[in-house]
Amino acid sequence: MTVAATPAPSPVTTGGESGVRLARSRRNAELSLLLLAMVLVAAYGATVEANLLDTVTPDFWMPAAALGAVFLGLHLVIRFLAPFADPALLPAVALLNGLGVGFLRRIDLGEAAPVDRESLAIFAGIGGRQLAWTLASVILAAGLLAIMRDHRSVSRYAYTLGLAGIVLVMLPAVLPRSISEINGAKLWIRVGSFSIQPGEFAKLALLVFFAYYLVRKREVLSLASRRFLGIDFPRGRDLGPVVVVWLISLLVLVFEKDLGTSLLYFGMFVVTLYIATERVSWLLIGLILFFGGAYLAYVLGEMVGGPFANFYLRAEIWLDPFADPTDKGYQLVQGLLALGTGGLFGAGPGGGQPEILPEVQNDFIFAGIGEEIGLFGLSALLVVYLLIVERGLRAALAVRDSFGKLLAGGLAFTLGLQVFVIVGGISKLIPLTGQTTPFLSAGGSSLMANWLLIAVLLRVSDGARRPVSGSAGKAARPTGGPPEQLHGAPTEVIKP
Amino acid sequence: MPELVITVARFGFLILLWIFVFTVVGVIRRDLFAGARSGRLVAAPRAVGASTGQAAKPAKVKRGRAAHQLVVTAGQLAGTRITLGEAQITIGRAEDSTLVITDDYASARHARLVPRDGQWFVEDLGSTNGTYLDRAKVTGPTPVPLGVPIRIGRTSLELRP
Repeated sequence: MTVAATPAPSPVTTGGESGVRLARSRRNAELSLLLLAMVLVAAYGATVEANLLDTVTPDFWMPAAALGAVFLGLHLVIRFLAPFADPALLPAVALLNGLGVGFLRRIDLGEAAPVDRESLAIFAGIGGRQLAWTLASVILAAGLLAIMRDHRSVSRYAYTLGLAGIVLVMLPAVLPRSISEINGAKLWIRVGSFSIQPGEFAKLALLVFFAYYLVRKREVLSLASRRFLGIDFPRGRDLGPVVVVWLISLLVLVFEKDLGTSLLYFGMFVVTLYIATERVSWLLIGLILFFGGAYLAYVLGEMVGGPFANFYLRAEIWLDPFADPTDKGYQLVQGLLALGTGGLFGAGPGGGQPEILPEVQNDFIFAGIGEEIGLFGLSALLVVYLLIVERGLRAALAVRDSFGKLLAGGLAFTLGLQVFVIVGGISKLIPLTGQTTPFLSAGGSSLMANWLLIAVLLRVSDGARRPVSGSAGKAARPTGGPPEQLHGAPTEVIKP
Repeated sequence: MPELVITVARFGFLILLWIFVFTVVGVIRRDLFAGARSGRLVAAPRAVGASTGQAAKPAKVKRGRAAHQLVVTAGQLAGTRITLGEAQITIGRAEDSTLVITDDYASARHARLVPRDGQWFVEDLGSTNGTYLDRAKVTGPTPVPLGVPIRIGRTSLELRP
């Protein structure tokens, strides 16, 4: 309709220049970082073997090579389908995933009989299973990148995904205990020896729904408010949905006996609400509601027990793990001792005793790794997590549409919150809850869901960094997405 | 395996881990600088919208120059800019508008900007909540000076040279 007939002078050229500068795809940087990450994984494997077997087998590089091959495949998919995606995301995640596989293989090596150790097949044991899961997850993530050419297209399925998310969350709660309960938490669906954790996938589905709902409601949520004590509080009726999600998260807490997951859902919603409205009052309301709810559950657990007893027990262990160090507090105490044994530089990969730790392959993997690489190594891993979250938030800042902003911001925050919940749990900062450590812990559901999350972040960051000015950007934009916001007029973004 | 090799491997791994971290930070830092520099080159719309003093300044300096761009300075589309040609610009929630604003206080066909002899005129198309040029409600076709905000609901637009 409107065509730029007069070529506009200076401002446009400036915009064009900045577009060119931002338009560098950085794929080669990603490739070299990925290679470095795989070298690290191979070095880890070699060190483990040197420590455990007293020799380095000629096949030590096999797991790293298998991982490297599949990550390289994902890199190629990104190169062709999301050329402007963030270059730091894939290598950082690949490193964490690779070290996770390496550590799980190290547990297998430690548990295998000494004669079998040198000939342990790469797909054997939990390490091998994790390796297989990684291959499957990465292929799934590549598939998601191929299907979802524009992150805005998922908003079309927002209500379906929201419903699916709630069903997935509630499913383990209503299923009989024999199918859904593992270690006191009803989070699972078990079919034979195969078990999936639907909550991990629900996280993604619910976040898409939250982002879509809040994009539609943000105006009324941030405009209509009453001022009280210098903070703008929303009207009572606008609080409806947040109260509903709060109730769901409390129900999860009570019936699935999992504080971590409930904290995760609730934190996810409150933070997306905060991103949508820029109101600090939501954070305050969220924190007060959550701590109020958790305290109430603690008091109820002490007085009436029943469904609250599990939470009460966990809180008691958290308050004083050494009260019963050989039974109830055993896991947490062993985790703390492992971290303490590791000290500053750790016992060296393969030099610790992770087999003492209960659930070292899942919840306590961070303590198990910490014993061997020490504070120095653990802080590097935490910085890698921090970088992943930062890149996600950066993509959220840079992307142009509100839905993408909420989606990327919420996903990145959720990942960070999950790391906080589990690392805080094993280091006795908060009550311990059964969360997986993203990309490190053994478990297909968690790995797959987190890789899908990374695929979405890659897609959003591709949309954010893709040059919007000029015909190249227009031509590269896939057709068939939702209607574009601006018609007939060439538009550019000033604010990066 | 000699003790020395194991010690070297152990610390070598930790050092390599941190080298990886710093390499990633290096890659990101270059990205961050690229973003920051381009941010400084072009005026940040939010600051302009927030303080009217800053908004008045460029308008005064560049008075008399023709408008070449329409910039959204506040609202959901903040940061969007449209290069002005000779065709009119329609603003509203309707999908066929030139500038589609998803503002709860905007009408489907809210207002339009029409060029006449190098001067742009804003005209309200019978919207529910009205169009404002700075503080004054727009009743008929009104000339729009550079840098003066046109307000539609929560959205603010400005003409820029």
